[in-house]
Amino acid sequence: MSAPEVVASGLVLVGAFLALLAGIGVVRLPDVFARMHAATKPATLGLALICLGAAISDAQLSDVAKLALVVLLQFFTAPVGAHMVGRAAYHCGDLVDEDTVLDELAEADRDLG
Amino acid sequence: MTVVADIALAMIVVGALLTTFRLVAGPSLADRVVATDLLLTLLTCGAGVLAYRTEEGTYLVVMVIVAVLGFLGTAIVARFIEGRGA
Repeated sequence: MSAPEVVASGLVLVGAFLALLAGIGVVRLPDVFARMHAATKPATLGLALICLGAAISDAQLSDVAKLALVVLLQFFTAPVGAHMVGRAAYHCGDLVDEDTVLDELAEADRDLG
Repeated sequence: MTVVADIALAMIVVGALLTTFRLVAGPSLADRVVATDLLLTLLTCGAGVLAYRTEEGTYLVVMVIVAVLGFLGTAIVARFIEGRGA
């Protein structure tokens, strides 16, 4: 294998490993917010690594452009989606684990009255 | 390269199975939304690995579409839970 192939396969493997970690985290972590923390790892970093690996191994300009579009879309939409789900879960009184140390949304809600 | 793609796909499939467990187990609706969103993300990752393995451009179009639809679904269901309050 040539050097770019080694780099590409390494990136794909690390990205897929993040997907596995997200699955483990979503099953094992205690509340919605902690699970969301695990679920957002492959959504940005994992997907970006896999797309970079695919782009390195297949250097056609049209394919690289599509991969870059996927990564850009995901980087813009994943934080917005996670924010909406988190706020909705919080306001619906979803269980917050008793080990939670910081609750800034409660302070903000109190300040607003 | 094929072996690497196979290992990567196996890891993604295990992650997706664990996520499916959370999707079924819940307990709250928000948990299920997070799990569904993660499943779509893993689908995008899997399509990326397939594109890497086969060097077939068709999978890239699938990735773009799934990325857009996944966000739309998550946003709509998040608004729905907030309005419904459960």
